[in-house]
Amino acid sequence: MNLTLHVWRQPDAGSAGRLERYEARGVSPDMSFLEMLDVVNEGLIEKGEAPIAFDHDCREGICGSCGVMINGVAHGPMAGTATCQLHMRSFRDGDEIVVEPWRARAFPVLRDLVVDRSPLDRIIEAGGFISIATGNAPDAHAILVPKQDADSAMDAAQCIGCGACVAACPNASAMLFTAAKVSHLGVLPQGQPERDRRALGMIAQMDLEGFGGCTNYGECTEACPKGISLETIARMNRDFRVASLRARPESAAAAGAP
Amino acid sequence: MSTPLAFARSTVGRKVIMAVTGLLLVGFVLGHMAGNLLVFKGPEALNGWGAFLKSSALVLWTVRLGLLAAVGLHVWAALTLIRLNQVSRPVAYAKRVPQASTRSARLMRVGGIFLLVFIVFHLLHFTTGTIHPGYTFSHTDVYGNVVSSFQVPWVALFYIAAMVALLAHLTHGIWSFFQTMGWSHTRYNPARRVVATVVALIVSLGFIAIPSAILGGMLR
Ligand code: HEM
Ligand code: FES
Repeated sequence: MNLTLHVWRQPDAGSAGRLERYEARGVSPDMSFLEMLDVVNEGLIEKGEAPIAFDHDCREGICGSCGVMINGVAHGPMAGTATCQLHMRSFRDGDEIVVEPWRARAFPVLRDLVVDRSPLDRIIEAGGFISIATGNAPDAHAILVPKQDADSAMDAAQCIGCGACVAACPNASAMLFTAAKVSHLGVLPQGQPERDRRALGMIAQMDLEGFGGCTNYGECTEACPKGISLETIARMNRDFRVASLRARPESAAAAGAP
Repeated sequence: MSTPLAFARSTVGRKVIMAVTGLLLVGFVLGHMAGNLLVFKGPEALNGWGAFLKSSALVLWTVRLGLLAAVGLHVWAALTLIRLNQVSRPVAYAKRVPQASTRSARLMRVGGIFLLVFIVFHLLHFTTGTIHPGYTFSHTDVYGNVVSSFQVPWVALFYIAAMVALLAHLTHGIWSFFQTMGWSHTRYNPARRVVATVVALIVSLGFIAIPSAILGGMLR
């Protein structure tokens, strides 16, 4: 296959960027999207030009490092698939493909297609944990977890933190990510002690990072490579509402979360 | 950290404020629409209903101030969130293809601001009588005010347009209300769409019937 790419090139965070045109020749339909970029980059390196920078690690859809906007769709045309798992057979010979980084005030571009997603890490730090007793591991069945709760926790825990929800949201909102992290612990018995603090703390951090709000468009769940559902956001909204109503003033020492 | 102020500042809290005030307004427009349909029973019915609503100044002003507060909070939350959402993506995509959002969801902003313009006009038109194109306003003859103003085509068409905007607003808004309050459940989610659409249709078609009938010469 021969393709024409329009790729966002930006030398660093401080410089202006623009779309550059590249011809990708002899692309195999069995290549992944990232392998296709590897081939383009080899050509660039041979010519003495800077290769296109993009994030990637596992290349098997589980680490959440990769992710670019492909022809206006986060992670490209294949539903439920991260960019590394997208194959070139999803395109046709002669296609023009626009490749852009995630766009959000909270995700500044570092270089080309690489953005700074550390706001997501700080949201997790603000409440994505549970307290456990150290020492010997407890018996696996010491705390009973209803099967349905385990299932919904696992559904939410599938979030790989790639940021596609932010990228796809017309408001650049991080609600789906935050909701996944709030609720995969919130539905489990182990997550109950910090449940209120978690919702309040993580949402406060999400707002501090400069993400937009939710208007229930549903673009996030459509873009999510793991299919995290909108119900997750509803669960977070409920946790936040309940926590706001019943939270007591905490002592300064116990406050912890911002 | 969860003071009422922190709640109102949070993006989630502000949506809850919008949802609760929105629901109050939905209750109001349902009652308002049903009362207005008395126009089809004739002048005595409608004017009697109007006089009854004004019979207790205390109740009247409590309801009026409550509604004003609800609209005020709703619009404040809406405008501040719209602003936030606009600045949250300073660099637009060169190419973006929406995958899931409905038309009614994308119309919330423009439609909501149009409704705000309509509400101001509507109060100046039928409540205070400041605007009275082509007739004399009367504080007691509600029927006369309604019929004579909707005989002016642009007034009738403006009201109809506003109620189409309300149809779109409530189609997304009522569905969205449940999501914001955290009431989402796979068993009931299809019903949320149905309830939202049916209530939105009842409200808007009920209102639209009145200017349409007058413009069509059915009521005079
Ligand atoms: C006065 C002018 C109005 C403006 C500027 C306005 C604006 C908005 C906006 C921007 C939203 C949020 C949409 C979203 O997040 O997707 C919204 C939601 C809503 N509005 Fe309005 N609106 C207005 C009037 C009304 C009226 C008259 C009603 C009811 C009769 C109403 C009922 C609702 C409901 C139920 C919601 C859903 C809240 C939620 O998303 O949870 N609004 N409005
Ligand atoms: S590279 Fe790990 S998910 Fe794509």
